[in-house]
Amino acid sequence: MRKLIAGLIMGTALATTPVFAVAQTPKDTLVMANAIDDIISLDPAEMFEFSATEYNGNTYDRLVELDIKDSSKLVGGAAESWTISDDGMTYTFKMRPGIKFASGNSMTAHDAAFSLQRVILLDKSPAFILGQFGFNAENVKEKIRATDDETLVVEVNKPFAPSFFLNCLTSMIGAVVDQKEVLAHEENGDLGNGWLSSHYAGSGPFILKNWTAGQSLSLVANENYWDGAPAMKRVIIRNVKEAASQQLLLEKGDIDIARNLEADQIASIKDNPDIKIMKRGKGAVWYLGLSQKNKYLSNPKVIEALKYLVDYKGISDTIMAGRATVHQTFLPDGFLGASNETPYSLNVEKANALLDEAGFADGFTVTIDTRNTTAVMAMAQSIQSTWAQAGINLEIIPGDNKQTLTKYRARQHDIYIGRWGADYQDPHSNASTFAWNPDNSDDASAKPLAWRNSWNPGDMTQEVDAAVLERDAAKRAAMYQDLQDKVLKTGPFIIMFQETEVSSLRANVNNFILGPSFDTNFYRFVTKD
Amino acid sequence: MAAVSKQTGTGRTRARPFYRTSKNITKVLFSLIITFLGLLLVTFLIGRILPIDPVLAVVGDRAPQAVYDRVREEMGLNQPIWQQFFIYISNVLQGDFGKSVLTTNPVLTDIKRVFPATLELATLATIIGVAIGIPAGVFAAVHKGKWPDHIVRVIGLAGYSMPIFWLGLMGLLVFYMKLGWVAGPGRLDSFYVDFVEPRTGLMLVDTLLGDDPSLFWNAVSHIILPASILAYFSLAYIARMTRSFMLEQLSQEYILTARVKGISETRIIWRHALGNVMVPLVTVIALSYANLLEGSVLTEIIFAWPGLGLYITNSLLNADMNAVLGGTIVVGTVFIGVNMLSDLLYRLLDPRARK
Repeated sequence: MRKLIAGLIMGTALATTPVFAVAQTPKDTLVMANAIDDIISLDPAEMFEFSATEYNGNTYDRLVELDIKDSSKLVGGAAESWTISDDGMTYTFKMRPGIKFASGNSMTAHDAAFSLQRVILLDKSPAFILGQFGFNAENVKEKIRATDDETLVVEVNKPFAPSFFLNCLTSMIGAVVDQKEVLAHEENGDLGNGWLSSHYAGSGPFILKNWTAGQSLSLVANENYWDGAPAMKRVIIRNVKEAASQQLLLEKGDIDIARNLEADQIASIKDNPDIKIMKRGKGAVWYLGLSQKNKYLSNPKVIEALKYLVDYKGISDTIMAGRATVHQTFLPDGFLGASNETPYSLNVEKANALLDEAGFADGFTVTIDTRNTTAVMAMAQSIQSTWAQAGINLEIIPGDNKQTLTKYRARQHDIYIGRWGADYQDPHSNASTFAWNPDNSDDASAKPLAWRNSWNPGDMTQEVDAAVLERDAAKRAAMYQDLQDKVLKTGPFIIMFQETEVSSLRANVNNFILGPSFDTNFYRFVTKD
Repeated sequence: MAAVSKQTGTGRTRARPFYRTSKNITKVLFSLIITFLGLLLVTFLIGRILPIDPVLAVVGDRAPQAVYDRVREEMGLNQPIWQQFFIYISNVLQGDFGKSVLTTNPVLTDIKRVFPATLELATLATIIGVAIGIPAGVFAAVHKGKWPDHIVRVIGLAGYSMPIFWLGLMGLLVFYMKLGWVAGPGRLDSFYVDFVEPRTGLMLVDTLLGDDPSLFWNAVSHIILPASILAYFSLAYIARMTRSFMLEQLSQEYILTARVKGISETRIIWRHALGNVMVPLVTVIALSYANLLEGSVLTEIIFAWPGLGLYITNSLLNADMNAVLGGTIVVGTVFIGVNMLSDLLYRLLDPRARK
């Protein structure tokens, strides 16, 4: 105690003398600042948040993976190869030999079958990704099975496009968990979910060392990784919410990578020779959802007019400054069949003419529910000012993320400004939310974004259903292009931007990979000079 | 605060404990229980009235409707609100505060983890605040209306009106970035994460108990700046109160008497006057300490300091109601505890309370 008091007094005195040498990060350690307090669970069958899926991609082997060099191609992960039956209903995977879990257990097809069954049996948030293929608690053990140690057989219920099924396996649910290790920690038949939500049972390039919710996530290299041990022996991800604090840490060299710098900070470090900036388009779009319950917003002419009333270029250049590119279709660039058409730009004259035709020459008043973060508020204010030029009075209702979302999900909004990230790297993920709505009633069982905006897309719903069964990739792509075109012209969505992830790195950090999705940002190739 | 006059006479009566009778104890306990129930009820209701869907905190926005409905039922949100409250209270009485959905830990485990960070920061800030605030207040009172008084007042006013967010960032910019005198955000340098055995949760203690002294100095270099910035705010308040209490004392008759007797001015100020001021000051210090113990959210955000303020705020924004209620109970307990303690000290220190 005395030592402590002495220390405190000394420390206070030290506040006036420069004593502390700032340590640089060690050569074999990667230190990152990132907002990671969205992590709810580290269990691959339960996780659904961006930070958690990134962790998944760095610590688990998934059955199938996206090719890092060309994300439109698939490569083997835990499964070395696969074959598809002629009727398109049975997939047979050959497991990669010699993979060892962190526990020392060898990976077999039984682990892979268990991992997939577990997703369905636990029925957590991401279970639907696999559930789309006709699995349920009753049939999953028979439909997904290991026929021997090397062979995994999966029977789906319809002749789906192979790319659709395989793309789904590249997401977090395709992670293979160590069956023995997980079941050793089972409690009350939870298949080890309680334990795995804060522990680790994988075979990927990094091994979880420690997760302290809201504080830090630390990983250590897996020296036995099948594709070679990573150069970084430790990876530390610190939860730093405040972007300004991230910037200071980076400039000082206390961290190697800052993941959430805002536009003005990126501008201020641009000329710093010790820092470099990396960008990558991500599978997320920013959009306005127009509720079709609103008498003004359900008028097709009004919808079209509003699409001419957004200063797309101005917002992406100034407010988003490099963190978004103009993109107006629902499939982000990089997805199969993505269309990069951008027919709309700010044109007040044209918008006024359309509003006259609709009979609203004097304009009207609507509200927009806006998440109260700097960027989103600034976007809403820009839209407010351009709409005013056409006599539309847009009232901004700021709220916290969860608050605006609650209202949106209850269909109580006029306009919602949001960001939508694809759930998995396949066009169906966004098609089935923007262009698909089989039941527009208040108590529908499926509630895609089209439903939230009370929009019935008509025949598009059937077209979306047909597209996942189209096994010819070129034809499938054409169907999605058609769907995007229809939503672009008539849908109650003003899709504005595709998100660009911007990471700021110390100049001595090389080969950090930002992939197309949120779970394809990889640390395993990183080296430091 | 009533004026406190110098006690004369030497026959001090022996202090009687303030909880003289069992009747008193019952009264105190009863009011405590009522306070707590009220606190819980209000927090609970606010949590339910908030236009935030607690189910979203568990399943996220992208979960299918079926999962959403199942979790809603699991969380008992389909039951009438009074029933929910009753279930919650009966669980709390059994010591079960439920689990946080964000961290999946029992709420008490979470709070045990985050509270020491806040406690450490608040304690150090209060020590600095008292060490500088009281002398500054005395100094200002003695030189009333002259330049030292004005300087203290200006500094105090600045401390009162400056946004802590801005001050924190400026502090980092100057002392961490430019001068390199202190370390940056966080409780330790990043790569020391996992190096320290969290025995008490107080980083300064844990690093001392460890075998690497450089870690302790690293922790010190991290806490100094946020603690000083928080201290500035409590210091401003303490100095202001000290000044006004002192002015009151210095105009009292006994001070004149002492001066006539030829007692040195220093002794009059620091012994006689300040001695009498200490009693009401205890309450002032206790209150500002209790305030800091709630966790200063903005400071914790800027300095990436994983304390109670950040925890409760984040839980509230995510409708993680168990965590919010648990945190509220802790803050309430601290507040009531500190208040009772300062009350007790007041009675012990103030001779008139013992009559």
